[in-house]
Parts: sequence; structure tokens; C-alpha cells
Amino acid sequence: MMTLGPLGFTAPWILLGLAALPALWWLLRAVPPAPIRRRFPGVVLLLGLPDADTQAERTPWWLLALRMLAMAAAIIGFAGPVLNPDPQPVTKGPLLIVVDGSWASARDWPRRVERISRALDEAATAGRPVALINLSDPPPSPPPFTEASTLKRGLPGLQPQPWEPAMELDPAQVLPTGRFDTLWLSDGLVRQMRAPLRQALSAHGRLAVWQPATPVLALGAATVEGRLLHLPVQASAPVARALDVVAFGTDPAGVERELARVPLTLENTTEARAEFDLPPELRNRISRFEISGQRSAGAVSLTDDAQKRRKVALIAGSTAREGLELLAPTHYLREALAPSADLIEATLLDALATKPDVVILADIGAVAEADRLAEWLEEGGLLIRFAGPRLAAAETGNDPLLPVMLRQGGRAIGGTMSWGEPRRIAPFDATSPFAGLVVPDEVTVREQVMAEPGPDLPDHTIAALADGTPLVTRTAFVQGEIVLFHVTANAEWSNLPLSGLFPQMLERLSVLARPVAPSAEDLAGQVFTPLKRLDGFGALFTAEAAAGVAGEALAEGPPGPALPPGLYGVEGRVLALNALPAGRQLAPASWPETVTVEGDLAPRQTRLQGPLLTAALAALLLDILATLTLSGRLRGARAMVLIGLALGLAPLDTRAQDATMSDARAIAAADNVVLAYMPSGDAQMDAVSEAGLRGLSTILTRRTTVEPAPPMALDLETDDLALFTLIYWPISAASPSPSPMGYAKLNRFLRGGGMILFDTRDADLSGFGTATEAGQRLQILAAPLDIPPLAPLPADHVLTRAFYLLQTMPGRYDGPIWVEAAPLDAEQVAGMPFRNLNDGVTPVVIGGNDWAAAWAVDDTGQPMFPVGRGSAGERQREISWRFGVNLVMHVLTGNYKSDQVHVPALLERLGQ
Amino acid sequence: MSDPGHDAAAREMRRAAETEAAALPALLIAAEHLANTVQMGGHGRRRTGPGEEFWQYRAAHSGDAARFVDWRRSARSDTQFIREREMQTAQSLHLWVDPAASMRFTGAATGRAARPEKRDRAQLLALALGISALRAGERVGLASPLAPPRPGKAHLLTLAQALTSETADTDYGTPDLTAVAPQSEVVLISDFLGPPEGIETALTGVADHGVKGALLQVLDPAEEDFPYDGRTIFTSIGGAVQFETREAAGLRARYRDRLAERRDRLETLALRTGWAFSTHHTGAPAQAALLWLHGALGGARR
Repeated sequence: MMTLGPLGFTAPWILLGLAALPALWWLLRAVPPAPIRRRFPGVVLLLGLPDADTQAERTPWWLLALRMLAMAAAIIGFAGPVLNPDPQPVTKGPLLIVVDGSWASARDWPRRVERISRALDEAATAGRPVALINLSDPPPSPPPFTEASTLKRGLPGLQPQPWEPAMELDPAQVLPTGRFDTLWLSDGLVRQMRAPLRQALSAHGRLAVWQPATPVLALGAATVEGRLLHLPVQASAPVARALDVVAFGTDPAGVERELARVPLTLENTTEARAEFDLPPELRNRISRFEISGQRSAGAVSLTDDAQKRRKVALIAGSTAREGLELLAPTHYLREALAPSADLIEATLLDALATKPDVVILADIGAVAEADRLAEWLEEGGLLIRFAGPRLAAAETGNDPLLPVMLRQGGRAIGGTMSWGEPRRIAPFDATSPFAGLVVPDEVTVREQVMAEPGPDLPDHTIAALADGTPLVTRTAFVQGEIVLFHVTANAEWSNLPLSGLFPQMLERLSVLARPVAPSAEDLAGQVFTPLKRLDGFGALFTAEAAAGVAGEALAEGPPGPALPPGLYGVEGRVLALNALPAGRQLAPASWPETVTVEGDLAPRQTRLQGPLLTAALAALLLDILATLTLSGRLRGARAMVLIGLALGLAPLDTRAQDATMSDARAIAAADNVVLAYMPSGDAQMDAVSEAGLRGLSTILTRRTTVEPAPPMALDLETDDLALFTLIYWPISAASPSPSPMGYAKLNRFLRGGGMILFDTRDADLSGFGTATEAGQRLQILAAPLDIPPLAPLPADHVLTRAFYLLQTMPGRYDGPIWVEAAPLDAEQVAGMPFRNLNDGVTPVVIGGNDWAAAWAVDDTGQPMFPVGRGSAGERQREISWRFGVNLVMHVLTGNYKSDQVHVPALLERLGQ
Repeated sequence: MSDPGHDAAAREMRRAAETEAAALPALLIAAEHLANTVQMGGHGRRRTGPGEEFWQYRAAHSGDAARFVDWRRSARSDTQFIREREMQTAQSLHLWVDPAASMRFTGAATGRAARPEKRDRAQLLALALGISALRAGERVGLASPLAPPRPGKAHLLTLAQALTSETADTDYGTPDLTAVAPQSEVVLISDFLGPPEGIETALTGVADHGVKGALLQVLDPAEEDFPYDGRTIFTSIGGAVQFETREAAGLRARYRDRLAERRDRLETLALRTGWAFSTHHTGAPAQAALLWLHGALGGARR
């Protein structure tokens, strides 16, 4: 191949032909246009007549130029010009394929697989050994070079990972030794490890990079601020088109659906925030956010407890004394809860009516409505009680709403159970939900209620004082939970509510929402089990038998093979790990000039041979026209036809030109009853529909006074549907959908008393609750139509007796059919065999019995398709014809047969 | 042993004859159709004489043969009557269709406005005229001695054969009217594009013997309109005459002038000899030309 700038020629030697052009010019110039020889008897009358003026004996220059252009285009065309030619593939030495394999490459994964597959094919043809490295899932040791076909077999198993390659990677650890060429399929994001790896690869041989130019999009973790839910959106480069961020969650029925959608543009910036303003009920239901149309784990943001706001009922034993706000039992609770929970402060009964998640009772001795509270607890409520003077004084011996039995009176410094000094809190046990929280030294307890010692007391204790006396106890209550703090919720008995430990403890108890980016110490000491995992494409799947992950690792580490993104849980608390780590800034990867970059970044190779040869041919055609004109052979109608042909305008599609029905067609449709069918785009199906309606028309002509004209294929765009009565609409999975204009016409048609017979032709084999492909297509197609509520054909529907008495409505199959539902007030008149049903005609009949095939007859009048077996099948065909007759009768006569319910009354009246 | 050369020649002739004969019925039928549109009455002489139509009854007088007495009429009165017929004399009609090559021309051989060759049209007209004349009891023949005038429908086939078989290699034809009997009628159908002296000589020659007739010039519309342009070499059908022009459209007006001049000359000739002259275009229906021919002949007769 020879290249000239961006142009390459596959056969450059042919370009030498251009040198012959001047010779051609001289030759063409010298020859005048050839005369026409005409036989003409009147020639004797012409003899001796001189020519009036001298016509150009030489070809005009513009015709010459046209011919030269045509020749030049042909010569250059045959030389095989290619714009931006692809570099020729190297055909020897091993080839290493490196894929980033991250979530950022999931959006165009099929293209990547296709590129790898192409590279493998090329390598297989050239006999090059190939190795493949997925940087997101790096092999423990350098992979050996193997045969390309072996790798190709494993290609379908190559999937993108929901994380990014590690930031640091030792090239020596993964790269094979020796010389090899490399094809690197980059995901387009800048990363620290790129530069060293690139240098290492370049040192081994040629490096080619495949990288698409489209920006990478990602979602961060959602944060709650007041009413609003903020969701950061990042892009590696500004995005021209508008984006939609969609929130998904379960509806009250438990079905996952779209809950909210926010449009967003990233035209001039790479970062934006989507703001969702949703009612708390709806917001708590959101399970994940997605960038619409982006199929990658990075474009999915999972929600967890951080985005949930719990409803907390705060009930205090005594109303705060005026002026002593800081001494109120609920003050510190309110301060701790207000930013991240919805507080309800009312009486217990009113609070329970709002179905709170948590009820906090601060210093209440005996609960007044204990049974109601117990009921709520049984359904899974969380009750947190704080001690205080009232609780200490109350008779709580058999209170079921306490986790442990309390000794009356409590203890205080200088009290019965004398304390020398205020006690500190012991470090939390590893099994405690507070495990890992650091206890500040200054937290002391001066006074507390005492638990009655018992064998199960240690099991209930989740926090204790340094001397081992329980500080916080807990017990399960059916599905709910009861937690008791043995100190007050204010600073009266201890300074625990004043410390930072207090909100942390509440958070561990799922009362408080967790901060969005939890620090290592927030999660320390807990082992989280993966509940659900994200795959590279952003789909959630249930994690099975996966090992637990330490909280610290979850808080710190970016997602990776050891820490796959997904939902993690411990003790009913859920933590989401998104594919995009906090603080990750997306930026496009850039490559030095020495590396060849293909993909969307490189201009695509364009072959110019076709256009050039076409241009040459067009110029030659023009030349024909011009020559004919010059020599006077192009006159009159022939000229118009030729010019029309040359301009490509000759085949004028008259159908597309006029949007109205032709008179002849309208007259044919209006002249008689015409059965029409909807073209399906499948010639075979249309032929069957046509034959079916023709067969039905024959039967109608033979047996009834309805004598339909030959059936017509409906042209929805031009036909006036008012002229048709019954439209047969066969549905297949590939049926084209009508235009909006077409739907408007169809709706007018249905309102005007027309009927559409939908036929999915699949016997509706799917059964109840699911739909066949054709059935699904039918739902889509029929959705814009004004179709009334439907019901399976009742046994006393007028269709069963419009002409014949029928029990079933078979075609080639014998399935149920659906018609407009009977009105609710339809009732059976005494002594009548059927109800006085709906007035008018059902606008649609829907079934899957493939009626057209059963009705279809060929040109000789013989049935085209077998129905059933033997004589039973023929009987079924007969019944199917009868159904067709009934259907047409029903369309044409409406409820005439239904009116016969009045016949006895009329006869009676006549008798009088 | 027979001479193989002679056999081959005979076979060739037979095949040609059959080909011609195969074309004949079509020509005959077309001619009959055309002739049906023209009513050619008996050309009675309006006096008593031999004929087929009843003329008058007259009282028999001496000298009348008994077999001439009309007994049916005589039985109704005392005298005897003789039934007399109107005298009908058969006229001789000579047809001449130009057999020259120039007649084998059509300006549009195919297409929607396809036209027959001039010769086909001329033959059709001649034969149709012949049929209608034969029906009326005239004697019809060709100008050439090949088919002398004879009455009777059986003569038709001979006429048709002679008409279609007559071809000439020359570019332009001259009528040979030596076989035409005096006082007969002659119809000449040609394009009259050849040298006008020939036709003038022939015509004045027979006109002196009281021969009347009609000249019908059959032209293709292309010959009338000259719809050509561009660089063109015109050749006659036989190829004997050639003329090259660089711009045919420039010749159009002058060509038409010359054509009009030629027509004028023929018209003058017809006027002088008491003949009729008209032009027929193959683009027009043949019926009008047949009507004109019929009228021209009838007019000459009356």
C-alpha cells in the first residue's frame, strides 16, 4: 500500500494511467461527434441544399472535461483509494491482549469482545500465539502464550468486573517475558498504573490501544440533606446529550419499578448533582439509582441505611419543667436524632398510629398501653428505654417490656450499694453491636438501675461498666427488639449523652442514619456479610456463601476482587458499597504520540473505491445524455424519460405521493361488504390472511345473503377506514406498529362500530399470567387503541348465535377468545336462555386460533392448511367457518339476535 | 435424376409463395373491413339494358321472344308485358401501387404511435378499393399486365397476390400504364417522390385515351414534418442517393418548401388531365383516404 497523507492506495501502479489522460484529451478533441445515418425517402428533395451555418465540428470543451473527469475518477477508483487506512496488521511474533475489564468498559463490552475476537482471528490466520490479561482480574503469574483458537473458545466467559484495576500494578508480575506485540483495550479512564505498564509493554514490542471516545459516566453515593436527596454524577468528559437519572425501588406491592426520574445535562462540566425531592415514604423505598441507558456497574448507585430516615417516636415520662430545657429527659435524644430521623413527639397511642420504626421511652415506669405497644413490637418494632428516677421507683417485677428484671431503687454513689467513685464504661465485647467503638475516658456513670442477677443476664448485656454491671441490655421480642439503657437519657445520671459515643451507639442500634461515607472506626469491629453483589453491567444478584468482610476494610478499601461492590449487612443493618469509590475523579486517559490509538478516537478507515467508480459511472451517463443531445438524437418524450432515468427520478412512487385513497379503491371498498386485513410485513402471512378472508367470503356468499367483494389489504396511511366493517389483524412477534395517524384512524374506526379481529395465531400457548411473543406484541400494538374492558367470551354472547349456534370459536386451534366484557348490571330474565347483554357490537375480538389459516382456500377452492386430524379436523374447519359467518353477521346486524329476548313479550302482546 | 439446382429454386419459390400467401388473408380481411365501410352501389346506366336490377315493364310487341314475357305481370291484365332490367355496364378499374423501395418506409416502426410502412397502407387502400369495386360488379385489375381487369370475387386473391408480390429494387417508381385500356379508370398510389417527369409522361399518355382516375400521394408524417436535427447522413431506402448535413434542423423549412412545390406540380398535372389528386398520411386512418378515392372515382364517373 502506498500512502499520500491520509490517503492510501491498494493498487498504486494503476495511477500511472493518469498519465494517459492528456493523450486521451487530444484524441477526443480531434474526433467530431459521429453523424447519424438515416434512411429517408425524401432525400431527393434535399439534394443540393446547402447547410445554413457551420455546426461545431469538434467536441465542446465541457464535454471533454466531463469525459476526462470520468476517466480520472475511474483510474483513481481502480487504484483502490482508502481514506485513513488502518495500519497493516503485523503478522509475526506473539500477541498479548490486555483488557482493562472494569465497570467502565461494560458499556461497550460487545464491541470490545468483537475487537478481541477480530484480533484473535487475525492471529489465528497468521499463526501467532496469543495471551490475554484482564487487569481487573490479574492472573497470579504471567499467562503463557497459547493458540488463538483456544483463547477464542473462552472469550464468551470474559466479563467486565464491577471494580477498576488496582491503582498500582507491578508490570513484571503479570507480563510474560520476551518480545511480543500488545493490543490494549482501554476503558478510557486515567489511572496511575497506566504509565508504568505502558512503558513496560512498549519495551516488549509494538503497543496498539483500542479506546472509545465516548465519555464514561458514573454515579456516586446519594446523600440526604433535609428534604432533598442529592446524587453526584460524574463523567470523564462533558457529555453532549441529555441524561436521565432514574431511581428504582419497590412499590407497595413489592414489585420493583421506577420511582422517580431527573433529567440532567453535563454539556459543559464533568460533575453534576441530581436532586430528588421525594416524600420520605417514597425515598425510603429507593433501592438504587441508575443513569438511564448506561449499562455499567459505575452507573448504578445502591442505597443503604444512610439514605433512610427512620420514624422515631420520642416519649418522655414528664413534661419538661419550664426553664430547665437541658434537664429534660429527651433533650439530648432530640439533638442526636433530629438531623437524621423523623421525630414524632406525641402520646404513645398517637405515635403508634403513625407506625414508627423506633419508639424511645425516656424514664417511664409502667407503660400505660402495654398491650398496644407489645402488638407493635411483635410486628418488628424497636423499643428503646432509658432509665431514670421513675423507672427506678416503679414496680417493674413482671414488666415484659424490659429486657431484664430490675432491682428496685437502683444504685448511686453513696447509696445502698456504695460506689466509691463514678464508674467508667468497659470496652465493648466483640459480640456486642457496639464492638469496635472506642469508649472515651471521660464518660462516667454516677447512678444507674441494677439488673436482677440471673443466668441469662450476660447474654442480654451488650454494654457494661468497668465493674461488669450491665449498662445496656437487650432482648428479642417476637420479631421486635427491646433495648434498655440503664442510665438516663439526660446528663443527670451519667455524662454518656454528652459524649460522641452516644450517637454512635444509637446509630449501631439502627436508630440513627449512618453517615454516607462511614469512617473505619464507625464500622470497626464488625463483620459484614455480602447480601447482594453487583456484576460489571450493574445488575444485582444474590451473593451466595460469600465470606464476610471486616468493617474497616469496607470503609477504607476501594472495591476490588476481595471487596466486590454490592450490599453488605450485619445485624439487620445494610451498607452499600458502590463501584465508584468515594473521592474517585474520572478523567479521560491520554496516550503519547508513539502509541497507535484505534477505536472511536482514530478516524475510521473509509474505502473510496465505490464512490469514485460511482462518480465515474454517473459522469459517463451524463456524457451519454450530452452526446445524444449534441447529435440531436435526444428529442421529445424519449429525452424526458432518459433524463428522468439519469436523475433517478423515473420510478416515482405514486403511493407515497398522495395520502388519500384512490377513487377506484374507495368505490371497490364501498360498493359491497369487504373483509380487510392488516398487512403484517410478512408476505407469507399476508397471503394466508388474504386466502383466509377469500375463503370466508366464499362461504358467506354461499350460505348467507352477505356477498362480500374480494378481500383487501388495508393501507392504513391512505385508506378511509369508514368503508370497512371487519378488519382481520394477524399478530406476529415482528408485526409493525401503525403510525400515530394510523392509530387515530383505528380508534375512529372502533368508535364508529367497526370490529378488529386480533389473531396471535399461536393458540395462546403460554397459559395464564404469561404471554407469548405474539401476545406481548399484541399488548404493545393494542395499547394505544380505545379498547373497552375485555372478558372471555360468555356462553350467552350474541356471537354464539348470530347465525349459527356455536359453543366454541375454533380456527386451526381451539382456544378461548376475548370480547368486550358484559356490563355489570346484565341480568338474566326469567325463562330466557341468555342475559340481556350489552347493546352494540364488541369492538374487538382477541384470540390466538389462527382463523385465517383455517378459512384459507387456494385458487381451486381447496383448503390450504390441514386442520386437526381426519373428519374431526374437517368438522373443526366447518365450525371455524361458522364462527367467521357469525362474526360477520354480528358486525353487520349488531345485537339483532339479542333482541329476540323480547319476542315472547311481543307475541303475548299480539295475542291480546 | 432431377436437377438439384432446379429443385432448390422451386422449393425457394414455393416457400416465398407460402410466406406471401400467409400474409394475404390478413391483408384481405383488413381490406374487406375497410371496404365494408364504403357502400358502392350498382352503377346503373339509368336505361334499359342487360343488368340484374328491375327497370320497367313494357307492353310486349312483335319481335319479343316469348321467354322475355313476364307471365306473372301479364296474368293481371289482357296484354302481355315484358320485364326489362336496368342496363349495368361494368367499368374497368386499374390499380397501381408504387412497388419502389421508397414506399418501404415508416417514420415510427415501433412504439405507441407506430405507423405502417407506406407500402402497406397503399396496398390496403388499393385492395379495399378493389373489393368494393368488385362487389359493385366492376372489373378490377392491375395496371401491369400481370392481372388484367376481371369481374368476380374469385379475382380478389389474384389481385392481392399480384399486389404483394410486386417489388422493385429501384428507389423511386414510375407507373407503367401501357396495359391500361381506353376509357377505363386508373388509381395510382405512390409517394410521388421520384422524378416527376416519369409520372407526367405516363399520365398524359393515358389521359389522351380518355382514361380518368385519381392520384393518391401516401406520405409518412415524418416526410411531411422533417423532424430531424443534428449531424445526419440521409440515404434513400435503396441506398442509391446520399445526402449529408451538419444540422438537419436548418433544412426543415426548405425541405417543406420543396415538398409543397412537388405537390403543386402534381396537382397542376391532375387539373390539366381532369384527374383527382390528394395526399394521405400514414398517421391518419385509412378510411378517410378510401372515402376520398371512392368519391373521386364516383365523381369522375358521373
